Amino acid sequence: MRILERFSGSVASTTAALELPAPANLSRRAFLQGVGGLAVGVCIGPALSACKPASAPSGGGSATAATVFEPNAFVRITPDNRVIIVAKHLEMGQGTYTGLATLAAEELDADWDQVSVEGAPADAKRYGNAQTGGSQGTGGSNAMASSHEQMRRAGAAARAMLVSAAAQEWKVPVGSLTVSKGVVSHAESGRKATFGELAEAAGKQAVPETLVLKDPKDFKLIGQQKLGRKDSSGKTDGSAMFTQDMKLPDMLVAVVAYAPSFGGKLKSVDAAKARAITGVVDVVQFDGGTGYRGGVAVLAKNTWVARQGRDALVTEWDDSAALKLGSTELMAQYRTLLDKPGAVAKHEGDAVAVLAKAGKVVQAEYEFPHLAHAAMEPMNCLVQIRDQDCEIWNGEQFQTVDQANVAKLLGLKPEQVTIHQLYAGGSFGRRANPKSDYVLEAVSLAKAARAQGHKVPVKLVWMREDDMRAGYFRPMFLHRVRAALDKDGGILAWEQRVIGESIIKGTPFEPFMIKDGVDHTSVEGCFEHYAAANVHIDLHSPETGVPVQWWRSVGHTHTAFAKESMIDELAAQAGVDPFEFRRKAMADHPRHRAVLELAAEKAGWGTPLKPGEGKARRGRGIAVQESFSSIVAEVVEVTITDGKLRVDRVVCAVDCGLAINPDVVRAQMEGGIGFALSAALHNAITLDKGAVQETNFHTYTPLRINEMPVIEVHIVASPEPPTGVGEPGVPPLAPALANAIYAATGQRIRKLPLVKQLKA
Amino acid sequence: MLKLNVNGKETVFEGDPSMPLLWFLRDEAGLTGSKFGCGMALCGACTVHLDGQPTRACVTPVAAAQGRAITTIEAVHTDPVGKNVQAAWRKLDVVQCGYCQSGQIMAATALLKSNPAPSDADIDAAMSGNVCRCATYQRIRAAIHDAAQSAPKA
Ligand code: FES
Ligand code: FES
Repeated sequence: MRILERFSGSVASTTAALELPAPANLSRRAFLQGVGGLAVGVCIGPALSACKPASAPSGGGSATAATVFEPNAFVRITPDNRVIIVAKHLEMGQGTYTGLATLAAEELDADWDQVSVEGAPADAKRYGNAQTGGSQGTGGSNAMASSHEQMRRAGAAARAMLVSAAAQEWKVPVGSLTVSKGVVSHAESGRKATFGELAEAAGKQAVPETLVLKDPKDFKLIGQQKLGRKDSSGKTDGSAMFTQDMKLPDMLVAVVAYAPSFGGKLKSVDAAKARAITGVVDVVQFDGGTGYRGGVAVLAKNTWVARQGRDALVTEWDDSAALKLGSTELMAQYRTLLDKPGAVAKHEGDAVAVLAKAGKVVQAEYEFPHLAHAAMEPMNCLVQIRDQDCEIWNGEQFQTVDQANVAKLLGLKPEQVTIHQLYAGGSFGRRANPKSDYVLEAVSLAKAARAQGHKVPVKLVWMREDDMRAGYFRPMFLHRVRAALDKDGGILAWEQRVIGESIIKGTPFEPFMIKDGVDHTSVEGCFEHYAAANVHIDLHSPETGVPVQWWRSVGHTHTAFAKESMIDELAAQAGVDPFEFRRKAMADHPRHRAVLELAAEKAGWGTPLKPGEGKARRGRGIAVQESFSSIVAEVVEVTITDGKLRVDRVVCAVDCGLAINPDVVRAQMEGGIGFALSAALHNAITLDKGAVQETNFHTYTPLRINEMPVIEVHIVASPEPPTGVGEPGVPPLAPALANAIYAATGQRIRKLPLVKQLKA
Repeated sequence: MLKLNVNGKETVFEGDPSMPLLWFLRDEAGLTGSKFGCGMALCGACTVHLDGQPTRACVTPVAAAQGRAITTIEAVHTDPVGKNVQAAWRKLDVVQCGYCQSGQIMAATALLKSNPAPSDADIDAAMSGNVCRCATYQRIRAAIHDAAQSAPKA
């Protein structure tokens, strides 16, 4: 998902308090209907601690349920003085639960310790994302940008109603009351009441028509350096609930045999050996469809038994319609397009003609492999189909899309599909699949199981190997850039051809995100923020049959590498320091330049690196990229000894507007850098005759702690509206690293992953 | 029939003795804090303690745990070192998605029990079997040092 517009409001950038219309009230009845699914006796909250009795209205109108104060879709206050924030976004590690809670709790003047968070169910009317046309989902690093005003208003409305309840009860003017840390006080009389004590009376107050939001100088929680994540506790004692951990009465677990190549079809299956395993309940063949795989599922109560059963199946596959090519052949096909003009993404001046006449043209090709997301929790999904409805438990990143796709498959209406939110053990984009692949697979499987008499909840579980080979990879890309300098050492012309599979074609996003044959996500971030009079960028989007998808920071994963590598080559050509070259070429973009300068300054750019021991060679590289409206610059320090690379240190500067939770911002930069480093150093999905060769973490090797550099993060103080941090830490890493290797050794690496390219 | 001691409680298991301990814990004993990440001893998400030794539950037959004390993340707080580690993890907000963190905490606790003041190199050596795809490694290092420093002096 890509944000196509910047936040248009001005709440955080203004220094004056604002008057805004209040959020629509929601009746308690509608609320209870909305959370009706909670009353199945199973904890589906984000953590077990969120399932204390008062937070789970039973639908039976219990006394506690009746006194929960619930002024809008996002805030609930219980009589036992807990503030529950309902998060419309998936928590997959990026800290969004903490961010959303901070925003609401700020305006509420709640005590941070009384605040907990629950995931919202699928319901676009209440939990739609304004930045993606009202559909509910998480992506494009836009949770804070899309929510910061909404969540503050939700908190402010609740606060106003609590205050007016106290005023009414104490018969004092509203203006004489103050609120701090979850307590409403009347200074004159010394009266005090907690939110919990006021909850019932607050529920009887009218929803305010106008709200006064805080002046940013009065923020107590927003911007605080160390607030404490709301999910730390449950994630350090084993109680946090992931889809993998869900168990419902009579639930069966399914492990599936799939075709080895994309597009393969089942020819025959002999399940006798599988059925003979103690504990195997049944074997179910189920259909694939557009965007999702079918296969043969083995059902059992225990995951291990299901897996044993799956491994005992004897299957034959029909490969006649399957993908036959390997990665090498696909890249060779890409190469045939290098000299053919593509769909024009950007055209200013006349780069082609200028380059034809230019004295010295710097030309380079950059190659990128398919990449798997390889989230720590392999994909999974729990489904209960009934006659008139379907219930799903999932680390759910794409509610509206999944709801619609599931409804279509089952012949239901979207509102008959309930989706319960759980934590996701990572995603990096994988859990937001525009075709709902693993969700539909689980539903198709559950439907087939039901037809065989298993009217019980079914949990699809992918083994690591299934996850690695399921496709929906970051596409393979090839870029060619040709550029030349003008006589003053600026960029005269830039011509870029981008070749790679479209992640948008064939998805519901095609009408908005592909224009004139250009998939915006394939070229985003190609050549921006540097001055050049002549720029030409075009694109080929060959169809390969390999399922592809966005992967943390999407197009920027490759466009930043091509851009920032070529900029470095141009700096070398000009004989100018790479940082100074960028600074000068970014003269018209002060915000970008400031980020670049901050990273360089903190990294000690320009001062000599401490020399390595013996034959060790050391170097520093720099890169900068704006993505998802945030700007990040990184300086990487490396040591290379006998062809062995060590990444010592990464200094990162980020401008993400107002930093709601600075420590979460730092964590996302650290994590984004580590995630990017894993891919830059090691990772590639390799196809051979249409089959993925990598299976598990010994062949697709994730970064480990012994390879993790020291990371320093510096946040630009900014009053601008908040922008994303989940993805923007990723793009600058790989080019800064390649540039550091060049500085150390003189070797330009233009193909990822780079460890394989490194010369001894 | 196997007799097992899980988090100090005696329990029995009548199923396949070759089933990995992880699936006994998760699917039979209802202790879902230990995670499945790879099933091949490659990621450490399933790390538990057997008599205090960090062990990959995904490749350890449940029969091999008989007669030994099995400790999982759900009970690591009963060990003062484990409790300290959890506190350091919370203080530094190590977690992101959290899926690997039970295993990280179990591995870190075992490290600190055998080496109360580990260097960065010790930490790298002891913890490199535990993958974190969210790459929380910098904070893992810091939290281990923090727990080492805040350990009650014997
Ligand atoms: S699940 Fe046991 S090491 Fe990965
Ligand atoms: S916190 Fe997500 S894998 Fe470690």
